[in-house]
Amino acid sequence: MRAPDERFRVTPDPLGVSAVAALVADPGCGAVTTFVGLVRDHNAGRRVLWLEYEAYEPLAVKAFQQIEEETRERWPSAGLAIHHRIGRVAIGEPSVVIAAASAHRADAFAASRYAIERLKQIAPIWKHEHFEGGEVWIEGATADPGDEAARQMALARACS
Amino acid sequence: MLVTIRLFARLREIAGAAELERTLPDGATARTAWDVLVGEFPPLEDYATAVSCAVNEEYARLTAVLKDGDEVAFLPPVSGGSGQGSA
Repeated sequence: MRAPDERFRVTPDPLGVSAVAALVADPGCGAVTTFVGLVRDHNAGRRVLWLEYEAYEPLAVKAFQQIEEETRERWPSAGLAIHHRIGRVAIGEPSVVIAAASAHRADAFAASRYAIERLKQIAPIWKHEHFEGGEVWIEGATADPGDEAARQMALARACS
Repeated sequence: MLVTIRLFARLREIAGAAELERTLPDGATARTAWDVLVGEFPPLEDYATAVSCAVNEEYARLTAVLKDGDEVAFLPPVSGGSGQGSA
């Protein structure tokens, strides 16, 4: 079994942006971009009170590793770290932090965008929205890591 | 053979359990396990075309053949990250 890789984590603890960024920086990097996904107070006309995230943790970590492998195919110099929160997350708190490092900024920006698009497609993580007056599971994409069309869509968004 | 079934999010709520054990016939696939669940918990049928599955913590097809002791997980459409869709 591989040693746990600190770069790819699912955790009930609050996320620290600089801590995730520190996992990818090295002397060859000229750029680190961080993407921080926050819990928003509104969605689809509803007033959101908080979100509860659930994950299939070991598969989520493997999905993050796959995303990094895919990222390296397209941007070989880019390194990635992805931390995703689970459990109850309050409005304004980070639910996900992605750090991408590269020699040059263009690759770091693109790798970061690709990573969040792919995460939303293939990471086995679910969001339970608690809003004023009720609750609902937010259901997005059917997770299929082999869906080449989805992967191409993520690449297109990253490179736009 | 005995398999462990893991359910998440809405599927977990419908079945009222995150983990179940079921005895399946030899040669059973992930779809066999799914069909057994739908028989027990008919509202799962709504997810027939949207569900993903994993066997032993790796994504798999519903056609994957199971063996004794396997863990098969059924996953409703995912929604990690923040915001929705391309927002």
